[in-house]
Amino acid sequence: MSLKMPPLDEAVLARRGQIAAALRAIVPGDGGVIDDAAALRVYESDGLTAYRQPPMLVCLPQTTEQVSRVLKWCHGQGVKVVPRGSGTSLSGGALPLGDAVLLGMARFNQVLQIDYEDRLAVVQPGVTNLAVTRAVEAEGFYYAPDPSSQIACSIGGNVAENSGGVHCLKYGLTTNNVLGVELVLMDGEVVRLGGRCLDPAGLDLLGLVVGSEGLLGVVTEVTVRILPRPQTARAVLIGFPTVESAGQCVADVIAAGIIPAGMEMMDRPAIHAAEAFVRAGYPLDVEALLIVELDGPSAECDHLIGEVEAIARANGAGACRVSTSEAERLNFWAGRKAAFPAVGRISPDYYCMDGTIPRRRLPEVLRRMEALGAKHGLACANVFHAGDGNLHPLILYDANKPGELDRAEAFGSDILRLCVEVGGVLTGEHGVGVEKRDLMPVMFSEDDLKHQQRVKCAFDPKQLLNPGKVFPVLHRCAELGRMHIHGGKTPFPDLPRF
Amino acid sequence: MTLRPTSVDDLRDAVADAVRSSSKLEIRGGDTKADLGAPREAVLLDMGGFNQVIDYDPAELVLTVGSGTPLAQIEALVAGAGQMLAFEPFDHGPLFGRPAGAATIGGIMAAGVSGSRRLSGGAARDHLLGFQGVSGRGEAFVGGAKVVKNVTGYDLPKVMAGSWGRLVALTEITLKVLPRPRESLTLVLDTLDPHAAQAAMSLAMGSQAEVAAAAHLPGPPSVTAVRLEGFGPSVAARRIMLDDLLAETGRLRALSPGDAEAFWNSIRTLAPLANGRPLWRVNTPPSAGCAVVAALQPLGARWLFDWAGGLTWMTFDGDPALVRQAALAAGGHAALIRAPDELRRSTPALHPQPRGVAALEARVRAAFDPTGVFETGRFLDQPDAD
Repeated sequence: MSLKMPPLDEAVLARRGQIAAALRAIVPGDGGVIDDAAALRVYESDGLTAYRQPPMLVCLPQTTEQVSRVLKWCHGQGVKVVPRGSGTSLSGGALPLGDAVLLGMARFNQVLQIDYEDRLAVVQPGVTNLAVTRAVEAEGFYYAPDPSSQIACSIGGNVAENSGGVHCLKYGLTTNNVLGVELVLMDGEVVRLGGRCLDPAGLDLLGLVVGSEGLLGVVTEVTVRILPRPQTARAVLIGFPTVESAGQCVADVIAAGIIPAGMEMMDRPAIHAAEAFVRAGYPLDVEALLIVELDGPSAECDHLIGEVEAIARANGAGACRVSTSEAERLNFWAGRKAAFPAVGRISPDYYCMDGTIPRRRLPEVLRRMEALGAKHGLACANVFHAGDGNLHPLILYDANKPGELDRAEAFGSDILRLCVEVGGVLTGEHGVGVEKRDLMPVMFSEDDLKHQQRVKCAFDPKQLLNPGKVFPVLHRCAELGRMHIHGGKTPFPDLPRF
Repeated sequence: MTLRPTSVDDLRDAVADAVRSSSKLEIRGGDTKADLGAPREAVLLDMGGFNQVIDYDPAELVLTVGSGTPLAQIEALVAGAGQMLAFEPFDHGPLFGRPAGAATIGGIMAAGVSGSRRLSGGAARDHLLGFQGVSGRGEAFVGGAKVVKNVTGYDLPKVMAGSWGRLVALTEITLKVLPRPRESLTLVLDTLDPHAAQAAMSLAMGSQAEVAAAAHLPGPPSVTAVRLEGFGPSVAARRIMLDDLLAETGRLRALSPGDAEAFWNSIRTLAPLANGRPLWRVNTPPSAGCAVVAALQPLGARWLFDWAGGLTWMTFDGDPALVRQAALAAGGHAALIRAPDELRRSTPALHPQPRGVAALEARVRAAFDPTGVFETGRFLDQPDAD
C-alpha cells in the first residue's frame, strides 16, 4: 500500500507505558485500556481491510466525563487520538495510527430515552443503527437511515460519516435525521450542539459535525428523529435490455413526481453474481435490473406501482414483477443487499467504490468504466443507488496476485476522477477517510480545502484528533490563519472606514 | 454606500478592499430582513448582480442559481417543471411591511428560514447542496457539490444556512428540488385549547398519515389544521386514517382549496400577529410549545403554533428576558424578529448560547472571516476583530 500517514512521533512512543498508566487512572477497571500487542491487533483495521495498522493503545471509556478527561490529558501531552465506533467504515475513517490512542466508543451502548410525543430518541453513540429501530418498533416507529452495515454500525459512526442507505433519496442521510449531539472537543470541553428542536439557535455547528469523519470532536450522545413506519412497502423488479433504458426509466419515474422509498440498479455482472448467490429470482437475460420500492398507505403503493409499471414498459422493460407479500419483497432485496458478498464469491477480493454522478451521465460513465477496466486488466460489477446517482462499482481483483491490489486502486482512482469530471463527487456515503484523501484535490481547489481545514482548526487547533484523514496535506493552523489580501487595481477603492 | 459586484472577481476585490480599509460589509439580497437585528452602519454589498439561473435539470432534482435570484422567480421556474423547494421558503418581507416575493434565495439561505412544510420536508439547510462564495478572507471557494448525495469533505453548506452572511458572501447556490405534490388537502379541528391542539397534532404526526404540515391558530375561535399532500388515492386514504385517529378529539372538517391557501398564507405572513408589537420566533420541542404559551399569554402575549407546536410565533411587549427564560425552560430558544430600534439595540436578535458553544461559534466565524469584515454589529455579540 502506498498510503502515507503522518510520521510517527517517537517521543510519544517512548512514553507508551506512562501514557497507558495515565489513561488507566482515568478509565480504571478491566478493559478500560488495552496495551497487549495481540489484543491490539483486533483494532488494526476497519471495514477497509486493505489498510492495517495496530494502534499504540486502545482506550474504552464509559462516561462522557472519562472521554473529556482522556482527551484533555492527551491534548495536554500532545498525544493523537483516533475515535472509533463499530469499525465498519469503508474508507478507513477509523484506521488507527501507530502513535495514537484509539478511543473506542463501544461501551456507550445505552438507549437513554425515547419520546414518542416529540418523535425522538436519545441514544449513546455505541448503540447500533438497527438497535434504534428495534427500541422503537413496538410502538410503530423506526429510524430511517439504513446503511447496509446497520446490524453492526454504530450511531456515533453514522454521525461521523453522515451515513445513508438505500432509502435516503426519500428519507435523507444521517444529517437530515439527527437533532442534536453532545460532543467532547479535543481539549476536553463538552458542548451540546442542537437539541430537541427542529432549528438550531445559532450557527448550525451540528451540521458541520455530522460527516466530519471524527476530526472535529468525539460524540458522546445523539438525539435522532424517529418516524412512524409506513403502512405498507412493496417492491417492483424490472429487467431492461440496456442500461440506457433503465436509466431513462429512473428519470421518467422522478419526472412523474414519484420519489420512491428506494430505487436500485444492478448491471449484468452484479445481477448474475447476486442470483448465483441468493436465488432471488432475478432475470438473467437483461443488461440492467431495477428494484423500485414504494411505501406509504396501501392505496398509494397500489397506485404508484401501476404508474411505475407503465413507465417501465414505455421504456422497453421486459418482465415486471411486483412483490405480493412481505417475504417476496424481502427476497427482491436479498439479492441486492447481498451483492457485495455475492461478488466476493466470484472474485477472491473486491474493492468497493462510492462516487456520485449526475444520473443522466450514467450510460457514458458505465461505458468509460468498461474501457478503464480493460486498461487496468480488471473487471467490475456495478450496483447503483439509481435515484440519487450514487454508484458502487465493485472492482474484482486477487490480492494474492502481485500487483493486483495496486491495479485495483489505480482503477478505483480513475473511476472517481471520472465521477468528478462528469460533475459528480468522490464519495456519496462512505466518506473520504484515508481511501480518497489524496484524491481530494481532484474535486477541490487548494482554497476550497483550506476553508475546510480552518474549520478543523476552530475545533482542534493542535490537530490531534484523527489526523491523516480526509485532507491530503496537513497545514499548521497558524499558517492556515494567515491572511494574504491581494493588492492591485480594484473597482472599489476608498471604502469608508468605521 | 452600496457596492454592486457582478462577478466573483469584483466581489473578491470588494471584500479585500474592505478588509484593507477596515470597513464593514453588509451582504444585501432583497432587503426583506434588514430590520432584523441591531441598527448598524455598514457598506452594503448588493448581491443583485448574481441573478441568473445557471443550471436546472428537473430529472436530476438539482437547481443551480445565482444567490441574488429572487425567490419568486425560482418558485415560478420550478413550478413550471412540476417541482418545488420542499422546505417552503419563508419570506420575511411581509413581516416588515415589504412586498412578498422580493427575498432572494441567498437571503433565504443566509437566514436559514423554512416554512410550514419544514416539519415533514426538512429545513432550508437540508436542501442546500452546494455553494460558491467569497469568504471574509477575500478568497473565492466552493463547498458541497451539485449532486443530491455527497459526503466529500466537511458539509460546509449546512453551516452557511442560517449564518446570516457572517461567514461568506454566497454567489452561487445549488439546491435540491423535489416533485410538487399533485394534491393537497387541509383538515381542521375547531375550538381546541392549546394543549388539546398540541396533543391532536402530535397524534397525527405519530401516525401513518404522513402529515406534511400542522399549525394552530388560537383564535378565538381556534383552528387546528393538518395538511396532507401527495397523490389523490393516497391523500384520500390518509384522510380516512386521520378521521379514525382523531374521532375522539373532534370532527375533521376539510377546507376548500381557497380557504386552505388562505389559512397557510396567514401562517406564512403571520397576519394574525400583525399588531405592531415585538415579534418573537420561539423554537421548542413540539410538546413544549404549550409551556411557552402558558408562561407568556397571561402577560399579554399573542401567538400561533406552526410545526405541530415546535415553532411558536409570538408578539409580546413585555420584558424580552421573560421570553428568553420561557424558551429556555421549555428546552428551546427565542429569536427577536421584529422590534423597535431601541429594543433591537439592547436585545440580541439570536438567543444567546452557552459560553462554550458561543466560543466555538466565534472561532468558526473567525475561520471564515478573521478580521470581522462581515461583523456589522447586527447581532450584538461581535467579537473584537483584533
